[in-house]
Parts: sequence; structure tokens; C-alpha cells
Amino acid sequence: MTAAEPKVTVDLARGLGLTADEYDHIIRRLGREPRYTELGLFSALWSEHCAYKHSKTFLHRLPQHGPHVLQGPGENAGALDIGDGWAVVFKIESHNHPSFIEPFQGAATGVGGILRDIFTMGARPIALLDSLRFGDPADPRTRRLVEGVVSGISWYGNCFGCPTVGGEMAFAPEYAGNPLVNVMCVGLVRTDRIFRARAERVGSAVFYVGNKTGRDGIHGATMASAAFDEHAEERRPTVQVGDPFTEKLLLEACLEAMAAGAVAGIQDMGAAGLACCTSEMPARSGTGMDVELARVPQREPGMTPYEILLSESQERMLLVAAPGREDDVRRIFAKWDLDAVEIGRVTAGPDLVIRLNGEPVACVPVPALAEAPRYEPPFAPPRGLGELHAFDPLSLPAPADYDDALVGLLGSPTIARKEWAYRQYDQQVGINTLVRPGSDAAVLRVKGTRRAIAVTTDGNGRHVVLDPRRGGALAVCEAARNVACAGARPLGVTDCLNFGSPERPEVLWQFAEAVEGIAAACRALGLPVVGGNVSFYNETSGQAILPTPVVGVVGLLEDAAQHATQWFKGEGHRIALLGPGEVSLGGSEYLWARHGRLAGRLARQDLEVERRVQAAVQAAVGAGLVTAAHDCAEGGLAVALAECCVSGPARVGAEASVGAAPRADHALFGEGPSRVVVAVEPGRVREFEALMAESAIPWGWIGGTGGERLRLNVGGVAVVDVALDRIEQAWRNGLERHLA
Amino acid sequence: MRFGVVVFPGTWSDCDFHYVISEVLHQPVKYVWHRDRELADFDCLVLPGGFSYGDYLRAGAVAGRSPVVEALPAFVAGGGVVLGSCNGFQILCEAGLLPGALMRNECLQYRCQSTHLLVENAETVFTRATRPGQVLAMPISHGEGKYHVDAETLAALRRRNQIVFRYCTPEGQVTRAANPNGSLDNIAGVVNEEGTVLGLMPHPERAAESALGGTDGLVIFHSLLGSLVEDGSFLKR
Repeated sequence: MTAAEPKVTVDLARGLGLTADEYDHIIRRLGREPRYTELGLFSALWSEHCAYKHSKTFLHRLPQHGPHVLQGPGENAGALDIGDGWAVVFKIESHNHPSFIEPFQGAATGVGGILRDIFTMGARPIALLDSLRFGDPADPRTRRLVEGVVSGISWYGNCFGCPTVGGEMAFAPEYAGNPLVNVMCVGLVRTDRIFRARAERVGSAVFYVGNKTGRDGIHGATMASAAFDEHAEERRPTVQVGDPFTEKLLLEACLEAMAAGAVAGIQDMGAAGLACCTSEMPARSGTGMDVELARVPQREPGMTPYEILLSESQERMLLVAAPGREDDVRRIFAKWDLDAVEIGRVTAGPDLVIRLNGEPVACVPVPALAEAPRYEPPFAPPRGLGELHAFDPLSLPAPADYDDALVGLLGSPTIARKEWAYRQYDQQVGINTLVRPGSDAAVLRVKGTRRAIAVTTDGNGRHVVLDPRRGGALAVCEAARNVACAGARPLGVTDCLNFGSPERPEVLWQFAEAVEGIAAACRALGLPVVGGNVSFYNETSGQAILPTPVVGVVGLLEDAAQHATQWFKGEGHRIALLGPGEVSLGGSEYLWARHGRLAGRLARQDLEVERRVQAAVQAAVGAGLVTAAHDCAEGGLAVALAECCVSGPARVGAEASVGAAPRADHALFGEGPSRVVVAVEPGRVREFEALMAESAIPWGWIGGTGGERLRLNVGGVAVVDVALDRIEQAWRNGLERHLA
Repeated sequence: MRFGVVVFPGTWSDCDFHYVISEVLHQPVKYVWHRDRELADFDCLVLPGGFSYGDYLRAGAVAGRSPVVEALPAFVAGGGVVLGSCNGFQILCEAGLLPGALMRNECLQYRCQSTHLLVENAETVFTRATRPGQVLAMPISHGEGKYHVDAETLAALRRRNQIVFRYCTPEGQVTRAANPNGSLDNIAGVVNEEGTVLGLMPHPERAAESALGGTDGLVIFHSLLGSLVEDGSFLKR
């Protein structure tokens, strides 16, 4: 077996993604040269993907505590208390690199991975959301990626039986060589039934459960920790292959074994597979583990210890049995036609001992694997940012025809309706979905209670590239605002930070600034960050993506019946605009879609105003005072109003007026924080006005609903007057037109 | 009425049917494991949606040969009724308990959307609470729902009034645009010759509470409940 093992050298270590310094560090820590299998363990566990070498220092800036937090970062997923004895367990994770190489399986296994993170905590997954970014849809390669990713998500989520209820899809050329596939999952568990990835009790049996181990996905974690070049295609063997049916069996078997009290600790075999679980579980508990690889169920003969340890075959877990309950574990997994094999024991430590047929092939102190070096390389703003900021969008010509400008924007791929994607996703299984995809946030009831949760994801790379700190804060604010528009109180955050190579000072600066912005917004809004993921090296041939932090927020509705959706419900309702008046065309969707420019400055943001606006919207929805609530995001006020008119089951027209502005396109399409459109029935106007006065926020009436057209006036001048039919056609068919 | 909800490996609408039967209809209901053959405790068995055995060979192919499905003919002969929705319909066709086959959707993609169903036969135990020509709103969620039979069987289905539901517009027009998956003759649901086994692609359990968008799916359950007479047998007409 060992005859074919390569000789361990610094060059071999480099080939596995370690640096020469890291290799020296390993030798110092072990007091000897590592063996081949040991080097494999270090290369995986010290990869950026597993060890957060460049990001840990910054991530400590994020607030992680709060009254609802039952589990913060560091476990499979975070958990928040939502009352009545229930907890919501949630996390977002990236699967960008695999999805670029093989979009269908890459996206599918992204869904599979995050589902396992949720049900290893003991929670039943109830919702999936996907945040996707692609290059120019006119590029045939983009179309192949979009179709592959969407069908991969559809296949895995639908077969498994968890509804996909939200997410976003945006397009920009910077993602052409590196699409983003971030998947968020939300689950429910009783607060006293949360399971953790621990290996506490010495002598406990360690079980391998689920799918067999094959040669797929070896070095996936290392692959995800490097940039792509023109040879990306050759990395296809590092992409795993998913089996949602086995995952569904694994879900039921795990939850049944947990309910039976047979499980003491459990961890998903995700990135770096068995290597990761056998080192992280004892590392969290200050123990060790002794594992026999010959017992690991294998899909093919002749796998080496190295391959077995680093395989990223899907749908597998490492489970530490409760004392004396080993037979129950075997019985329950057999019922679900799954392997459950005792492969080792928890030891007093500190070593992780890996054997093949009794012979040790690796013996490494557990803490050494968990102690990857941290890097704090220099960072600095990119050159040319000042020029970008100096650009004045009003130096571009104003639209000759504002009807055309609005219709064009509504049909642009990022703004157009995403039904083409979400009609391929089961949105209802579990019969909890009160608000389906297509509103600001999805709303799901919590059966057996009066409560519901609202969930959403958000993130705008154009904002972040122009101003990472403000852009990071805006991502948190907008996601939380979406949840507030549904009538929920935002409770907590999970974030997926997608950036280029941290070894480049300007990328690391973007990262550091964005994290500061996220932290500031979370502090201002009282939102803990309970989990997430950093994805670096999102670049191909030296071209980095737009820095894209994606923020997922979960909110709570005390009364499931009191939720709001974004569309107008009837004629004769008054329309109000909440929030400050300041907007900017800098970094706006309008500037990109119409002029192909990404430049300018973002509008200023006041986090205290943001907090008050969100509280006001939530209170108004909760009191049943508004019939619709919609956040003003990409495309500004005009697009928000158009969406209110045509996104519901029945179209409703509107007329609205805003005050004088530098120019009408600035007023209509400019983007700014903390702005929400609401509709109020005439009979509730007094109450609504009283609530707004109490909320101490800037706001004003801007118009009313009715008719078959959308009419917009700026400074007393009629600027837009367009039939709803035209708006709806552009918005509903926009994405398919671009992808056709 | 005593309901049983059958669970195959990969079934996922089992919990939803269970919830609707127990929490909305307040009827006794138990799960039935796919290896069980003992069905005497039940009046109605539900074969729910999902991807039984991953649908890896053909949708419903493996489940159609499972112990519980092998026991269904005797269950039906003994007076029981069977409701198969989505994957359940596929399984009943694969098992030969219903005529026809369900093929890949014409669009070649999965479809989750609302549909409208025209009641073609209001005299089955599953539709007695409806009237002919009534339109019911129920969602679909499937990738393989394109119903197909040969011309001879189609003629026989029509002659014997076995076509129960057809996809239609909200106004009740049976049009091509209202057909979400390319099913032959817009067929959404059929019964066996005896009228004791119903298969339909839509999900009645997802249309059972107004908070979730409608209650038209309940009419199937109300029909069943109204069809069960005191001696435990079902009214045929």
C-alpha cells in the first residue's frame, strides 16, 4: 500500500497548496517530517477554505451575541430562539468554484452541503434560498452556467423535499469567469434538542454514517482556496457528485437517531471530508480520536488512506454515539438502508491516530491541525477609486423618453422577474410557505404556534466595489429591511463573503472595509452574526469578481396572519414613501443598465434612521395599517412602484409625485438607503400618520393607487406615463428574453 | 374515516398529508411503512408526493413493486380506496393499478405553479362533493407529469368516465396554455374502472388552508368523508 506513496518534500507540499513556510511550520510542530497522509491532512485543514487564515482576524469584528442567540459561529450552523420552545437554525455557504467547473453538480452539492449543516444540528430544514451572480447573459457561456446552476438547485432541493423560497440572481461582467452560488438553509428545532459537533466522552464509539466514500471531490477544499486559470476545466474531478435521495434518507435517519437519544455528537463531512470531521470534533472537545480506515464503506477498491481521508463524497456524517446506544444507531440507519459503521473511538488525546488495517498511517496532535497560521498581510485601497468617485452621473445625457427608460430598466436581467428560475423550484413542500418567492422576503409559518419567520438574502457588488464599508452596511440594512417589509422583526444574520484573492492588498482592503461595514450595521440594528462562510480566490486569470458580501437575515413575526407583501392590493389606497430623500445614481443599476458605467458615490446612510424606518414598517404591518410594503432597491423609486403595480395576482395602477430634483432620472432611478414604499387604505390614514409621527422618521405621502397606468411626476412635471401592460411584459419576460 | 399515509424512502408529502388529515380534517391517520402489507386498519390509503427511491429508474418504478403496493389490490378488493398524488399517481401507474404513464414534462423542466382543474366526473367517491364543470385551484410540483395513454385506452377512459380532472383556465376552458406539462387531452387525474383508485398530479394537501392560498383541495377529502357509510363501506354513486 505504501509502496506507491510519493516522497514528502517541500515541492510536494507546495503542489498541495501549502507554502514553504507552512511546511517548515509543520515540521517544527511535529518535530519530524510529516508522512504523506499527514501532509494531506495539513493541506486540507490548513487551506484557506477550512482555516480562514486571512479572514479570522477581521471576522472577530462581527457582533456574535444577543438575547436570542443559542448558538453562534463555530458549529455546523447558528441558532436563534424564536419563542414557544422553538429555535431557528440557519447558515449560508458558497459553492462558487465547483459551480463554475461543473454548474449542475456544483450547485446541487452546494444545496446538499448546507442542508446537512442544518440537520446535523437536529433541525428539520424548512427553507432554502439561493443568491446567484453570473456574467453578461448575452454570453452563451453564461447561459450554460445559469441553466446548469438553476437545474442543479432544482434537482437537489426538489428531490430532497425542502422548498426553495427565495434568493436573488444578478448579472455583471465581473462574474463571467467566476459565478457565485451561495445557498442558505433555514431549519426548525426544539430549543432543548440542538445537537453539536462534539466528541466529548472518551471511549465513545465513532460511527461513519451515510453514503460510501469514493474518489470524488478529493482536494475540493484546496481547489476552493486558489484562483482559476485557463486550466479550470481540468479540475472537474475535484467536483463532487450529489445524491439527494440518499441525503433525504440521511435526514430521516439522523433525526430519528437523535430523537431516540442515540447521538452524542455529529458533524457533516463537508469540505475535507473525513479529515475535517475526525480533527474538528475532538478539537472542539479537547479530546483525540483513533480511527480505522479499512472499516470506512468504500465505493471502489484500492483507495489509499490519503484518498479516503480527503474524499468529499457527499451525504456522509461522522457520529459519536451515546454510551451504550451503538445498536440503536445501527438499527435506525439500517431501517433507512444506510451504512452505519463503527470506525473508531474517542480518545483522551491529544493525537488523531489514523490506521489502515491496524497500522498507523498518521499520528498528529489534534490541536496542530486546528492551529493553522493566521495571516495579516498589508492591505490598501485600490488605485483609481478616487477617479471613480469623482465621476458625476449627471454628466451623462438624460433620457429623451422616460417611459422607455423605465421599461428598459424593468426588463434588464438583474431587475426583471425571476420566475423562470423559481418556477423550477418546489416552493411549498412542508406546507409552511405563506409568502412565496417574488416579494421582499419569504414568510413561513411555524406549525403549532401563531408565529412565522421571514427570510431573505441580499448583496450588491456594485455598491461594495465603490465603497466597501458603506456597501457592506447596505447589504445588512437592505436584507433586514426586506424582512421588516414582510412585517417581521429581524433577529439575526448569516453572511457569505465572496471576494478575490486576499493575497492582493486591494482585495484584502475591500474585505476588511466590508466586514467593518457589516459589523457597524449589525451593531446599529442589534443583529448578531451567528454563522457564515468566507469565499476568497474568486477570480480567473487575475480578474477578480465584484466584492460581494451576501447577507441572509431571519426575522420573526409574532402573528403569522399579520404579514405584508410588496404588491398593491386595490384601488384608492394612498401611497407613502418612508425614509430619507437622499439618493444617488452612483453605482446604480440604472447607470449600469443604461450607460454601462460603474462609478460615482453612494448616497449617505444614517444607521439610526435605518433602524427607525425598519421598526416603523414592521409596526405598521403588524398593526394591519398597510396593504403593501416594498423596499426601494435596484432601480430606485420608479422600479419599486412599478413592481408594486404588476407583481401581484392582479395589476393595480398608481400615480406618484416627488419634489424637484437635480434631474428626473436622479429622482426616479437613484438608489438610497432606508426607503420603503407602503400603501394605506383611506380608512387607516389617521392611524398610520400617528404611528409615523411616533416613529420619528422622515416620510411623506407621494400618491395613490388606481387605473391601468403608472404615472410619475417630478417637481410638478409629468415624466412617466406608461400602460401597466407594457410594464408587465418587460418585467415578466425580461430574464427569458436575455437568456433565450 | 381511518387514513393511512404511505411512506417510501424519498417520500416528502407524507407529513403534509398527515398534517391536513389530522389538524385540518380532524380524522385519525397513521403512517404506513413501505414494507408493510397489513392494511386492514385503514379505509383510505394515501400515496403522497416525493421522489420514492430517488425516482432513479423511472418515477415510481421501484415503489410500484414494493410490498405495500403489492398489497393494494387486495386492500381495494376489500372495500378500501386509494388516493395517489404526484409521485403517488406515478407509482399507481407503474404498478398497473391505473392506466397510462407519466412522462417528462413537455418543457423538460420541473414545474411548481398553481393550476386549475376542471371536474369531469363528479360521481366518484373522491369527487361527490363537487359538481360537474366545477373549477378547482390546486398547485402542481413535478418534473414528470405528462400523462400519456394509447388512443384505444383514451377512448375507453372517456367511455367509462375515468377521466376525473383536466387542466383548464380559471374560467374552466380546457386550453393548451392551461396545460402545464403537455399531458394528453389535458388529463390531470384518472380513476380505475371501479372508481376506487384516484391518481392526480396536483397536490390537494397544499390547497387545504386559506392561509396557504386556497382550500379547493379539501373537496376531495370531504367527498371521501361523505362517501363512507356507517358499515364502513364506500358509496359508489
